[in-house]
Amino acid sequence: MRFRLTDDQRALRDGVRGLLARRFDGAALRTAADAPGLDRSLWRELGAAGFFALRLPERDGGVGLGLPETVLAFEEAGRVLLPGPLVATHLAAGKVAGAAGGETVVTAVLGGLVEWLAGADVVQGDAEGAVPLRSVDPLTPVHRVPRVPKFSRRVAEAAGVPVPPAVADGADAVSRAGAAATDAGGVSGAGAAATDAGGVSGAWAVTGADGVSGAGAAVTGAGGVSGAGGVSGAGGVSEVDVVTGVDPVAVLLTAAEQLGTAGRTCELAVQHARTREQFGRPIGAFQAVKHLCAGMLVRTEVARAAVYAAAVTVEPADIAAARLLADEAAVRGARDCLQVHGGMGFTWESEVHLHLKRAWVRARRCGAVTESEELLAADLLA
Amino acid sequence: MDLAHTPEEEEFRVRLREWLAKVLPALPPKPSPDDWPARRAYDLGWQRMLHDAGYAGLHWPVDAGGRGATPTQHLIFLEETEKAGAPYVGANFVGLLHAGPTIAAEGTAAQRARWLPPVLRGEEVWCQGFSEPDAGSDLAALRTRARRDGDHYVVNGSKIWTSHAEVADWCELLVRTDPDAPRHRGITWLAMPMDAPGITVRPLRTLAGSAEFAEVFLDDVRVPVANRVGDENDGWRVTMVTLSFERGTAFVGEVVACRRVLAELAVAARQNGHWDDPVLRRRLGRLNAEFRALWRLTQWNVSEAEASGGGTGGGGVPGVGGSVFKLRYSHARQELYDAAADVLGPDSLDLDRPWVLDRLSALSYTIAAGTSQIQRNIVAERILGLPKGR
Ligand SMILES: Cc1cc2nc3c(=O)[nH]c(=O)nc-3n(C[C@H](O)[C@H](O)[C@H](O)COP(=O)(O)OP(=O)(O)OC[C@H]3O[C@@H](n4cnc5c(N)ncnc54)[C@H](O)[C@@H]3O)c2cc1C
Repeated sequence: MRFRLTDDQRALRDGVRGLLARRFDGAALRTAADAPGLDRSLWRELGAAGFFALRLPERDGGVGLGLPETVLAFEEAGRVLLPGPLVATHLAAGKVAGAAGGETVVTAVLGGLVEWLAGADVVQGDAEGAVPLRSVDPLTPVHRVPRVPKFSRRVAEAAGVPVPPAVADGADAVSRAGAAATDAGGVSGAGAAATDAGGVSGAWAVTGADGVSGAGAAVTGAGGVSGAGGVSGAGGVSEVDVVTGVDPVAVLLTAAEQLGTAGRTCELAVQHARTREQFGRPIGAFQAVKHLCAGMLVRTEVARAAVYAAAVTVEPADIAAARLLADEAAVRGARDCLQVHGGMGFTWESEVHLHLKRAWVRARRCGAVTESEELLAADLLA
Repeated sequence: MDLAHTPEEEEFRVRLREWLAKVLPALPPKPSPDDWPARRAYDLGWQRMLHDAGYAGLHWPVDAGGRGATPTQHLIFLEETEKAGAPYVGANFVGLLHAGPTIAAEGTAAQRARWLPPVLRGEEVWCQGFSEPDAGSDLAALRTRARRDGDHYVVNGSKIWTSHAEVADWCELLVRTDPDAPRHRGITWLAMPMDAPGITVRPLRTLAGSAEFAEVFLDDVRVPVANRVGDENDGWRVTMVTLSFERGTAFVGEVVACRRVLAELAVAARQNGHWDDPVLRRRLGRLNAEFRALWRLTQWNVSEAEASGGGTGGGGVPGVGGSVFKLRYSHARQELYDAAADVLGPDSLDLDRPWVLDRLSALSYTIAAGTSQIQRNIVAERILGLPKGR
């Protein structure tokens, strides 16, 4: 077992870190916060460096690497709060012309939200009726899309969609099915995997079901990852909901960005705690501050293990676990970092609030946290 | 970055599985948790079986009598034995997991030859005499004195919270050999025979009702100078080695057990209807995330140890990373059994129900082997490099 970074992976991470330090340093972040907008030349530069094409096979002009490497790159992007619909564009590489090279900016409907709707060239998923929000994160414009309607068993049957066999014991009913695979033009066929207590597992197709518009993004990526959308079985529910069917890879790459924020905010807090003095000594000598920092590191390291492992296994439950732990590490890490900075942490000038706000955006990106929790609960009975 | 095992590792797993399937059905029934002599006999019997099958001291270096297995093999061993429901290391905890490894790392050839084989063969049990009534978290405040008298130390003082002291043959004992030196400089690490005259053991009852640990009174106890591990007054350094073994490797197998308990809780909740409560269900889902991540962290730490030649098989000493694991794990374990109580409902007040005693014993995890507050100090000062202070 070699569950650690290889030399090549370290080199890749350092390379991405170097590129981002050159092209998007702290000053650039602050400038962007005051005058947001998509930096197309940066986007193309990322494309040229292979950021979006990391998992595309070399014969298709890609870098031919895997999900672990991609996770490392997204962690770095998360560290510096690189703005833009990075995840959606990465997932579109090889499918949408120009996405791999960074010429085309692609965004997607990811769990009831769409980021950079106006700024992108291509929108994946059904963004009809999207309502702009006055985004809490100055660097990420967001639209809310109307909730995907519940997809009841009746509707499914009427549409000729195979549904899991009716289960006598209500507790065995599948309550959620993750629908997947759509193209920009609407639902063109979807594979949804279902796991539940009663042993119903596997995939069934949702084809051209009316009223299932905007049912999520494609699951098959260049890296050959195919499989389940967010699915969970729960007791006593006889309705089959269609959740937004977010691609698990989108969930994982978002978790990687959260990990970046968790690591960065821990570093910022420690730096500040070492240098800021009160009562004649660095505040980091006070145990109350010390313990905040220790908590940040512990959450980051636990999240790191979960995110990296999910990149290796690509199991839905591992990805859901990675998501929960990375969200926690990022959101609480940014909060605690703000606390360690005292009044300065509450200012626009400090970069801490940008981390917290971005962590909040990412935590909503791929549907509700409760969906991941339900998936992990169902996994216990699998 | 991968989680795949090598063919050798897989073969090791398969052979271990086969062996476990053969021997476990023939084991005698587990003794009552209150009956320490019976527990000692049971645990030593199991250790003997491991020894005879070549699995004793798997993670110890070969020149210390171990198998020199890689940290990954050790992990597989812990995983498979737990999955198969094999006995826990129990009374052999101190000997196998920290006193033994400390002697292997710091002892002389003669000391290794004297103390290590009986631990591996399941003949001798060790206990840990570090804590004192006024020196717990502040371990260096210990006052038990040892005065040189020819080729012996004469020890006076008392220890407390000494786990399974009544049934131990040896004690890894910290004593103050130079009361005038700075706190950390005057300490010495001794191996004390528990049958020496002048030792009185008084069992203490834990909140779970059993006598898990004891007070140990030392009255002119004579310990040969030859039993000193490390130099006189250099015991603090040796102690740090012991503690890193204790925190570094001692809990990893338990994560597997917690994952099994969690799955059992889900089944129980489905049977008694609590599964319909989305709040409880999602809480169990979150715990699934937690223990999956802790298992991944274990695999990460083991891989790092293997790559750095550290870990245990190579005779290296684990780093402070164990504190990161211990901090999170000890709290997660308590949350697990709190969730169990909500699955059980009123039955969680019945000591005869499964998980209820475990809930009580989990309360010690954030205290024993260094409290969570002390672990946070260690993480902050030794990993993050924050200044010392109070
Ligand atoms: C089940 C069990 C088994 C044990 N087995 C053994 C054994 O076999 N051998 C052995 O030697 N010992 C053993 N111990 C002892 C254990 O190591 C100590 O209990 C532990 O180190 C805490 O010391 P204390 O009990 O004196 O608590 P104290 O040190 O008095 O701590 C009391 C509280 O104050 C906090 N505190 C203390 N100092 C600080 C600080 N600097 N900063 C912040 N908070 C602080 C602690 O976190 C704790 O919350 C065992 C304990 C338990 C519970």
